[in-house]
Formats: sequence, C-alpha cells, structure tokens
Amino acid sequence: MKRLHAASAAALAHRLSGLALALFVPFHFWALGQALTGPQALQSFLDWTRHPLVKAGEWGLVVLLALHLALGLRVLALEFLPWHERQKSMAAGACGIALVAGLAFALQL
Amino acid sequence: MNAAARLGAWLWALQRGSAAVLAACVLVHLVTIVLATRAGLSAEAILSRTQGSVGWFGFYVVFVVALAVHAPIGLRAIAAEWLGWRGRALDLLTALATLALLAGGLRAIWGVFR
Repeated sequence: MKRLHAASAAALAHRLSGLALALFVPFHFWALGQALTGPQALQSFLDWTRHPLVKAGEWGLVVLLALHLALGLRVLALEFLPWHERQKSMAAGACGIALVAGLAFALQL
Repeated sequence: MNAAARLGAWLWALQRGSAAVLAACVLVHLVTIVLATRAGLSAEAILSRTQGSVGWFGFYVVFVVALAVHAPIGLRAIAAEWLGWRGRALDLLTALATLALLAGGLRAIWGVFR
C-alpha cells in the first residue's frame, strides 16, 4: 500500500512537472528568439531575469527539469530494465535528490 | 489492431524514444546551465558559445525535435485523462502543438546561431 502510494506520487509529480515545463518552453523559445533582433534585445531580457522573483522562478524550473528527468528515467527503467521495483524507486530517488541538491549548490541560490 | 490502437502504439513508441534522446540532451543542458550561470550569464557569453557553432546547432536541433515530439504526446495524455478530450480535435491539437514547438524552437536556435 505504501509502495503504491509512492508510485502514484511519483507519477503525479512526473506529470505535473512535465505540464509546467511544457507551459514554460514556448516562453523560453521566445526569449532566446530575442537574439534575432540583436544582442541588445537578448541582454535586456537577461537584465530583467536578475530580479529576485524571476531568479526564484528560474531555480524552480531547473529543479522541475531535474525532477522530470529523474522520474522519466524511473519510467524507462520500469518499462525496459529487469530491475526489482524497490531498486528502481531507490535509484530514481537517488538520481533526483542528487541532481536537485547538486544544482541548488551549483547555482548558489 | 484498429486505427486507434495502432496510433496509441505509435505514440507510446515515439514518447519513449524521444524520452531516451531527451534524457541525454537534458543532462547536457543542465550542466551547461550550471556552467553558464557560474561564469556570469550575458547575451555576449551565450552568443559567443553558440554563434557559428555547428556542434551546438546540431545538438539544439536534436533537442528541439525530440522535445516537439515528446511534449505534445504528454499534453495529449493529460488532456485525454484529466479533461476527457478525445477524437480528431485532440489529434489536430497534438499535431499543431508539435508544429508550434518545432517552429518556435528552430527560430530560437537560428537566433543564437546566425
């Protein structure tokens, strides 16, 4: 029962992080596309991203990306590798925690 | 196998195949984000890395194509399971989302490459 609950939570987190990333991606493409009008336009956008609230949002997106990656690897492992259920969950959890902790440290936020 | 089941099987294969490609791309992207942020993010720094770089151009094209396949199939599953959307309209929306992501992504790549 507990394992089922963890699997459901992982599936929901995978889905919600994917939804958030899918909504963000068009905005990301638009921002990078600013370079088409010149480096100054891209720099103006980057200056705007120095606002603390935007920085917090960026950190959230990086964490969501790492989380979606880790949970996606869990799905691929479940479907394609002959691993034991508990080992798979532990491996995915370890990947996710390592990525999130490493990124949080690396970004010095 | 009927048409709907065949489409479902194709979407499943495309979703998993694109996920495997994206796993590698996202890892590279995360490392790049960390290194670029530490070095100080600026338009000059981004463009000096990407402008005229065939390697980065190829990497981002693969990244965008995999993303344009992967994300709409995921959104389609959410729309079907949570909102109950079905049929041709959902097929059309999935195709439009793929084309929109491809266009937006390739435009962004061209912006930082040229």
